[in-house]
Amino acid sequence: MAIKRLCSWIPAFAGMTMMLVAPAAAQTIAIVGGTVALGDGSEPIRNGTVIIRGGRIVDAGYQIGVPANATIVDARGKWVSPGLVAGFSRLGLSEIDLSGGIRDDRAQNGPFSAAIDVAPGINPHYTTIAINRADGITRAIVAPNTARNIFAGQGAMIDLGADLDPITRARLFQFVELGESGGETAGGSRPSAHVLFRNALREAAELQRFATPIAGGGQRREDPVRDRPIIRNPNESREYGPDARRSDDVLLTRFDAAALVPVLQGRQHLLVRVENARDILNVIDIKREYPSLRIVLVGVTEGWMVADRIAAARIPVIASAVNDLPASFEMIAATQSNVGRMRAAGVQVAIGMVDDDDTRNLFNQRQYAGNLVALANVPGATGVSWGEALAMITSRPAEVVGMGGEIGSLASGRRADVVIWSDDPLQVTSNAEMVFIDGVQQPLDTRQTRLRDRYRDLSRDVLPEAYRR
Amino acid sequence: MSVRFLAGAVAVALLSGCAALDPPAKKAAPVKFDRDPFASTYQRYPGHPTVIRNVTIFDGEGGEIRGGAILLADGLIQAIGANADAPPGAMEIDGTGKYVTPGIIDVHSHLGNYPSPAVPAHSDGNEATSPARPEAWAEHGVWPQDPGFSRALTNGGVTTMQILPGSANLFGGRGVTLKNVPARTVQGMKFPGAPYGLKMACGENPKRVYGPRNTMPQTRMGNIASVRQTWAKAAAYKRKWDRYERDGGDMPERDIAMDTLRGVLAGEIIVHNHCYRADEMAIMIDVAREFGYRIGTFHHAVESYKIADLLAANGICSAMWADWYGFKMEAYDAIKENIPFVDRAGACAIVHSDDPNGIQRLNQEAAKALADGRRAGHAVTDASAWRWLSFNPARSLGIADRTGSLRPGKMADVVLWNMNPFSTYARPEKVWIDGALLYDMHNPRLRPVSDFELGQPGEGDVK
Repeated sequence: MAIKRLCSWIPAFAGMTMMLVAPAAAQTIAIVGGTVALGDGSEPIRNGTVIIRGGRIVDAGYQIGVPANATIVDARGKWVSPGLVAGFSRLGLSEIDLSGGIRDDRAQNGPFSAAIDVAPGINPHYTTIAINRADGITRAIVAPNTARNIFAGQGAMIDLGADLDPITRARLFQFVELGESGGETAGGSRPSAHVLFRNALREAAELQRFATPIAGGGQRREDPVRDRPIIRNPNESREYGPDARRSDDVLLTRFDAAALVPVLQGRQHLLVRVENARDILNVIDIKREYPSLRIVLVGVTEGWMVADRIAAARIPVIASAVNDLPASFEMIAATQSNVGRMRAAGVQVAIGMVDDDDTRNLFNQRQYAGNLVALANVPGATGVSWGEALAMITSRPAEVVGMGGEIGSLASGRRADVVIWSDDPLQVTSNAEMVFIDGVQQPLDTRQTRLRDRYRDLSRDVLPEAYRR
Repeated sequence: MSVRFLAGAVAVALLSGCAALDPPAKKAAPVKFDRDPFASTYQRYPGHPTVIRNVTIFDGEGGEIRGGAILLADGLIQAIGANADAPPGAMEIDGTGKYVTPGIIDVHSHLGNYPSPAVPAHSDGNEATSPARPEAWAEHGVWPQDPGFSRALTNGGVTTMQILPGSANLFGGRGVTLKNVPARTVQGMKFPGAPYGLKMACGENPKRVYGPRNTMPQTRMGNIASVRQTWAKAAAYKRKWDRYERDGGDMPERDIAMDTLRGVLAGEIIVHNHCYRADEMAIMIDVAREFGYRIGTFHHAVESYKIADLLAANGICSAMWADWYGFKMEAYDAIKENIPFVDRAGACAIVHSDDPNGIQRLNQEAAKALADGRRAGHAVTDASAWRWLSFNPARSLGIADRTGSLRPGKMADVVLWNMNPFSTYARPEKVWIDGALLYDMHNPRLRPVSDFELGQPGEGDVK
């Protein structure tokens, strides 16, 4: 029965670029016949099916029944995967990086640090969003950059949909630099960064302790309700503050200290950027000292040297995929085998674009993932399987920030972020032919494709090029 | 001007005065100064005669041989075709399922002058003290121990590259073409007999560097004004020196900066012009015509697709990225079909890196451009696309008669790939430079380790 319906669709979908006719969110959509990769680390399934309804994945795999009312998308000869998740980015915060006006990824002269929330800075109309969406990226972890403090502020999970509501989860994590960059921001040394870090947690803890309202005469009024952790989720940190006493011995503004309370309480992830082996171990020590912190390591170029210890500490990692240059003295032992070796040691690894064209070239993640697969054929190198490589740019980035139940794979109940590819998505020669976000089919034209079409033919016409649209 | 005129008039008067009294003093014969004071000392390393059979060959000029054979011996390609006769004792390699290509040539690298680690002490690529520094030579800032060279060889299959000064200046200085063979000195890496390049830059960078210092150029107007003024000065210098080298007499004062520009005007040094926007490239083409020099290649050329016809008509190459865009305003109009559209117009298309990471994956960058081009209707073959990686770059550098394609008699700069190199899963398996096997995936001893990495964590690791 499904096959019959399928056959009737073939002529209509020969081009694969058209939009589905009815509003996609309301439909049941069955993507049939393609090579389906679930994004969970498993290998791709030939002739698989993906069912979408109400913006969620209903089911995906082999021999899945197709509901009678489903709109069929024929994906024969194509590949189907979850939408890609940019594991670490500054996407949507900058249209032009250099001499192009404001960038919203850092406030070089602003008074705040940890309190900063990138969410209002994300502009879905930036061309970077459409260009990456057209290459199959549907979600992105967006972090602020550090300015004058080792704490950069709070990052978000965004979607790349063609609408003005980009935020999937605001204030998902706090970002801090504790490697070379952190040392420089902290006044010039890593030890200084570590003291600043501990002091910041002290100020957050103090704010928590003195949080109950102060009674007349300076007496602290007992309030069993208010004495519980005062900030239960990251959203509260923004409103909180006016009635909290602080000691005079503080470095952070009240807002910044309050923003670190959810971090201290383990209610908000703490992404910690470090690269060299020693700095990684320092962070493992911090985790031992503050067990409630939900630390995720970022960068981690020399992770392979201490992979067993990262795994034992159960700290997940967002790693640069193919760093192999000693670009700085904190990356001396860089190798493309880093990710594979960490994975082999049992570390949970996602791939991110850490300071690597992070405002715009997130589409390179799938190229990097493909390169990790290629390493399997290089004697002495450690690569990853195809399924794991895809997972590192889909489900793993979601999982490391606690959103694996929502996005990043084609498992039942996940948001229906789905891409149909012309071919194997880890091959740079493939391209995204259909992209769904929350079950809604997305436009794939960009400013670049418009320019391409305008200048496809350079012969002189009756009107200038500016009239070609 | 008036001072110069006066001085000339006095000289003429003196000369004519003397002529009346004595027979004219015989002019000193011209002395030609050394054009190559830092001459290449590169010598090829010994290689074993090697034949690769049953292999797919992209010859670099657009040709493809399936199930072919290639013989390397005495540093040169000896034979290529459906089969090849190997001398007794030659190493035989079965290339079934594998691919042979010319080594990749990157026309735009800063390896060595912006090396790893990228510490301030290593920042040797921009002499940003004056917008015209044609006296600066990239080779004097190249650190041969940059670990990046080895990555480009082993992961990228790059056998030759041009190291260019940066783009802070309108005239950045001379570029140098290197063989990707480790050496103690930069002279030991220099491609023998390769012409020099002159790095020029238009657009945002020079004005961004000098504008805030309240020195020219502060605008694109200032860019072009400074460039033209400098060429006018160079033309005068050239006239003076040409006359001296023809007629002799008192040797004029040498100006190292002007020597470089004179070399360009004489057609000995190739211009490599960093230029993003179509309108600015068109202006630079007119500047070149005004002063009688040729532009060899526009680098970064993200808008070449808008004027591919003009570039083809002028015989100018475009060195391009596959998909870099928007990182600055002049890169805003980048499109992913730039490379194939330039190729389609019959102009010379080149994939370049400008990046120590990108140089390790130029084959993949070409693959992106190839696929985007095909989707946009440019039916280019894999073998034809390899021209973007070796033959066209060799033309750009003026070395296409010696390398860049697999023709008998050319340098044996060759890569054996473990599968089609336009696959993201491909890796170089073996790399020969002048017939010497300098990388072998299966032999850990054939993995170069720079002095910098010796004794450090990760020494000799796969990278």
